[in-house]
Amino acid sequence: MLEMNHVSKLFNPGTVDEKIALMDVNLHLKPGDFVTVIGSNGAGKSTLMNIISGVMKPDAGEVRIDGTSIGHLPEFRRSRWIGRVFQDPMAGTAPHMTIEENLAMAHRRGQSRGLSIGVTASKRASFRKHLERLGIGLEDRLRAKVGMLSGGERQALSLLMATFTQPQILLLDEHTAALDPARAELITRITDEIVRDMKLTTLMVTHNMEQAIRLGNRLIMMDKGRIILDVDEERKKSLTVEQLLGEFEQISGHKLSDDRLVLG
Amino acid sequence: MLDFVMKLDGPIELGLLYALMALGVYITFRILDFPDLTVDGSFTTGAAIAAILITNGVNPWLATLAAFAGGMVAGICTGLLHTKGKINGLLSGIIMMIALYSINMRIMGKPNISLSQEEIIFGSIDPIYIMLVIVIIGKLLLDAFFRTDLGLALRATGDNKRMIRSFGANTDTTTILGLSISNGLVALSGAVVAQQSSFADIGSGIGMIVIGLASVIIGEAVLGTGSVFRTTLAVICGSIIYRIVVAAAYEIPWLEASDLKLITAVIVIIALVVPTINRAMKQRSQARRRSIELLAAQGKSKGGAL
Repeated sequence: MLEMNHVSKLFNPGTVDEKIALMDVNLHLKPGDFVTVIGSNGAGKSTLMNIISGVMKPDAGEVRIDGTSIGHLPEFRRSRWIGRVFQDPMAGTAPHMTIEENLAMAHRRGQSRGLSIGVTASKRASFRKHLERLGIGLEDRLRAKVGMLSGGERQALSLLMATFTQPQILLLDEHTAALDPARAELITRITDEIVRDMKLTTLMVTHNMEQAIRLGNRLIMMDKGRIILDVDEERKKSLTVEQLLGEFEQISGHKLSDDRLVLG
Repeated sequence: MLDFVMKLDGPIELGLLYALMALGVYITFRILDFPDLTVDGSFTTGAAIAAILITNGVNPWLATLAAFAGGMVAGICTGLLHTKGKINGLLSGIIMMIALYSINMRIMGKPNISLSQEEIIFGSIDPIYIMLVIVIIGKLLLDAFFRTDLGLALRATGDNKRMIRSFGANTDTTTILGLSISNGLVALSGAVVAQQSSFADIGSGIGMIVIGLASVIIGEAVLGTGSVFRTTLAVICGSIIYRIVVAAAYEIPWLEASDLKLITAVIVIIALVVPTINRAMKQRSQARRRSIELLAAQGKSKGGAL
């Protein structure tokens, strides 16, 4: 489904601030894989997401989705295949537009946009059904401006907008990190439900070790621009946070440091 | 006073003529969040195109449409400078404004063209009625456009670029489209103003952007900004109110015609500063109230809502 072959990315090449963001990364996701990604600050997790989604171009290597090489395509052209939820709850929605208008824009993800009416009665009915599944009452507030919603509500909406058109790849970039624990837990639960129900191929960056172990069928750990550990479904079932931390220290030679790290 | 009210049809007519320009400014300033100074040039472009075509015997309605198209081209140029040339938005507008001065001069051939002997769109009917129809049609078309998929993408471009890009809209295209519609409307306004006043002048667009901003801001302050439908209506009313304020200012004996631009600038400053101060004061009083509430609620169990 998703293939990354020998992908490298440098920041500020040739200057004193040169930094290796990704070094020869190879990652292959099978259809329906739900992979969690953990790593220390600056390990390259966000760069990995940005390269897949097209925000950044790799310096070397190729990215393929469904066999199609997409490395040369700008971000807006890749949206056909990729749904994405950002860390910042403000990033995934348009605050001065209504919930139904936001959903209508997401509904046309990757298609051409013409002069047909964005929010029709039939679409509104389907939006309401989708929102009901979130279970947080947004279905009764279709015409409310998204800017009036709380961070958790906005993130739930972003998640729905990114997924309800069945993207081939779903990218979740620490999408619960900016929320308080109760709301983060709710979004995590909704995420798990949606990904399972729709069998979405998903890559989720998280700083929550317990979450990384509990969710998904595969776990990768990154350090200094490389994937240093790849845990499969079998091993993941019996893995503990302590084991994971120990393993990280053993391979990388230093402690896992992430200023927002949550052990679970 | 009664005398002044009786004479209000003049300002209302002017307000409607300039409302098209104000709607254009609304698209860039509010929807695209792009302060576009092309307006000062494209307004004159509209007047110039309409005037030169009309004096050469072209049907005035066709000439007015051509002015709209000419404005759109100017907007596209500004859009290309900004999106493809990566030039700062304000600067792209200023560059186009300057370039348009020369272009407008080329179009007109001389600084002033009289239309007093020509057939114009305002024939035997009072301009106020024709303008009312044009402005209402323009407003409703805009409202409808902003509800389409493309229109939604354009609005999102000004609201959250990153988000709409992640859903596959090319924000360069939507920005250019918004600028072209906006400047098309501005040029259309220039064309009707030239016909109403019976001449096109090379300097007629100077300060137009500030008048447009004043109309948008006054309208929003008076009628609010609930939906696009309401805001476009507010902008039109803002344009009319602006003209009434100007007419009232003229009634003051010691003011001179050349003070108009200063008055406009002061209106814009007041309209921009007052809401900011209001918001700050509201926030402070709310913060104070909340802290008292929280203090009172301390010790009690907290309720958590999403």
